[in-house]
Amino acid sequence: MNTATHTLDPHAGHAHHPTGLMRWLTTTNHKDIGTMYLTFSLLMFFLGGAMILAVRAELFQPGLQLMKPEFFNQLIGVHALVMIFAALMPAATGFANWMIPLMIGAPDMALPRLNNWGFWLLPPAALLLTMPFILALFGIGDGAVATGWTLYAPLSVQGGIGVDFAIFSIHILGISSIMGSINIIATLLNMRAPGMTLMKMPLFCWGWLVTAVLLIITLPVLAGGVTMLLTDRHFGTHFFDAAGGGDPILFQHLFWFFGHPEVYILLLPVWGLMPHVLSTFTRKPIYGHTAQVYGFIAIGVLGLIVWAHHFMTAGLPVPALLYFMYSTMAISLPLAVLFFCWIATMWRGAMSFETPMLFAIGFIVLFGIAGLTGLVLADVAADAQYHHSYFVVAHFHYALFAGGIMGVMTGVYYWLPKWTGHMYSERLGKLHFWLTVVSFNFTFMPQFFLGLAGMPRRIPDYALQFTEFNAISTVGAFVLGLSQLLFAWNIWRCVKGGDKATDQVWEGTSGLEWELSSPPPYHSWDTQPVIKSSN
Amino acid sequence: MNEAALPPPRKHGRLVVRLLLLAAGFFAFGFALVPLYDTFCEAVGFNGKTLRDATQTKDLPPSAVDYSRTLGVQFTSTLMPGLPWEIRPLEPAIELHPGELRTTRFLVRNLSDQTIVGQAVPSVSPTVAARSFQKLDCFCFTQQTLAPGESREMALTFVVDSGISKDISELTLAYAFFPAPPKP
Repeated sequence: MNTATHTLDPHAGHAHHPTGLMRWLTTTNHKDIGTMYLTFSLLMFFLGGAMILAVRAELFQPGLQLMKPEFFNQLIGVHALVMIFAALMPAATGFANWMIPLMIGAPDMALPRLNNWGFWLLPPAALLLTMPFILALFGIGDGAVATGWTLYAPLSVQGGIGVDFAIFSIHILGISSIMGSINIIATLLNMRAPGMTLMKMPLFCWGWLVTAVLLIITLPVLAGGVTMLLTDRHFGTHFFDAAGGGDPILFQHLFWFFGHPEVYILLLPVWGLMPHVLSTFTRKPIYGHTAQVYGFIAIGVLGLIVWAHHFMTAGLPVPALLYFMYSTMAISLPLAVLFFCWIATMWRGAMSFETPMLFAIGFIVLFGIAGLTGLVLADVAADAQYHHSYFVVAHFHYALFAGGIMGVMTGVYYWLPKWTGHMYSERLGKLHFWLTVVSFNFTFMPQFFLGLAGMPRRIPDYALQFTEFNAISTVGAFVLGLSQLLFAWNIWRCVKGGDKATDQVWEGTSGLEWELSSPPPYHSWDTQPVIKSSN
Repeated sequence: MNEAALPPPRKHGRLVVRLLLLAAGFFAFGFALVPLYDTFCEAVGFNGKTLRDATQTKDLPPSAVDYSRTLGVQFTSTLMPGLPWEIRPLEPAIELHPGELRTTRFLVRNLSDQTIVGQAVPSVSPTVAARSFQKLDCFCFTQQTLAPGESREMALTFVVDSGISKDISELTLAYAFFPAPPKP
């Protein structure tokens, strides 16, 4: 690859952007917006984490000690909505904003003003979601949405004002995500450097391209579903009311038509960044670039047609069950291709184990467990036993914490020196990794066994024989939660100062983004780089 | 800044419009799923949904009575919350031959001192048999209004199609009585 020179003076010819608060409110700069997304995501990560620590504290012992069941139900549902919509998705969008223009040699995102809107819709949406907690303190309403994040009818039709707040919050979050997705697709399709064909596009960009398409396809269906819920609640329609000719199972179809692809929406950006990290710290090129691109596309397409495996016990007929079982299991084939490529990238490489690499390897092992337990759940006969048990909770936390959050942490440690120009503390980073990976397994491994033993999810109290494993899980969760403070502290220190990072940052990096200075100038790639056709 | 390096804005515009249309299309698709889902379930009998009124879709009389087979049919009923009624099948279980026209009755009583409108929603199990359970006349076709303390025998006339799968020897028809939703 060869790049033309670019300006290194961050303010050359652009001295007039506002400063202070107005800079952040009005910014259209992809780096500023990326920073805001990531900061918002980190704050929401701690908010959602605090909620679930309260839940785990209640579950430390059988019986009700700390809270009423109603409040418990509110906490678990809002925890999930906050973590998915306000922590994980904005983190991935923050990565996209920061890295996509740098990676493809574009000066900014295609639609900068839309980008600014997309971000500033998030804080009001998060406020709407959590406001019923505060309103309830003043005697208004009966607290936040208490249906679990799935909002199943008829429970959600009967719920209090928390459900309405959640519905409007989902509408706003959906609009924000669709705007972000349109922006990313437009950037990736129209603004690549000359010579960068679609197939040469970095895998992180490919992961995000598939994610963005999935978002545009599925989020409107969820928006439609919750709109029907809203009209059922207030305007006398009966989409989900059997007495009026509706069907509550229909809500489950609408929800999971979105909900299952959502899993891949959360994971595809991580799968995209993983090969870059593995390649860097093994000092080898990425193995199977093309295979991984087709793997992403195959998982995206298959992910759209397997949704009913989330409610196999709802009374679906046997032919439908068989279809959803086999199609779900088929997803493990392209996923296995990705695992193969990740491992083959490491194979006989000159590996070194800096913090991002540790997180990447932790991700591969733990996310592998998520995939294998997912195969168990996909089995119709086994699912009848495991459905709605703690086995499911453990499974999707291996997917979304070990797969999603630890993947995001991989990316943060990997790119932080590029963003800030400083190296983070490697010692703190490694400590953070080991505390996280050990306490994560202490938290969630016992939940597999709790689920197998028959403990249902979403209950504030449980039978005595589950006590010990719940206590272990709670202790693990508190260590896990507290060790994330190290993460925040390390980021803060790195933003404030530290050893200077080189432009290349890591020894084995390749790609356009590492040819810019660290930190990159406020406006980068004023002159497009050109990718040579020979590689 | 080298403006020439940037693509013309119009290029973005066309793409954005297409992507917005895609999003709008899937929003509409979500709503289209409502009738599609109903049609699908009724057509193949998934979800235990019976045909709303067999007289509208089937020629009468239906297929000949198959005296070589005897099926057990059970009737159950439940009341949904908010409906202060009492309901029970007068014949909890009957035996019949496929293709035979039968009428059975449910006793329904309003226990409250108010006039209340209710709506019965049927469901057949096993669900694959739902398509073969053809109701010719049923109190579930319309909403039922009961005066305070009134009790009434409500009739159901049906045929189990003689084409019903040979694997099935027992059927259950369950009625859930809902308080009728207010008219929109």
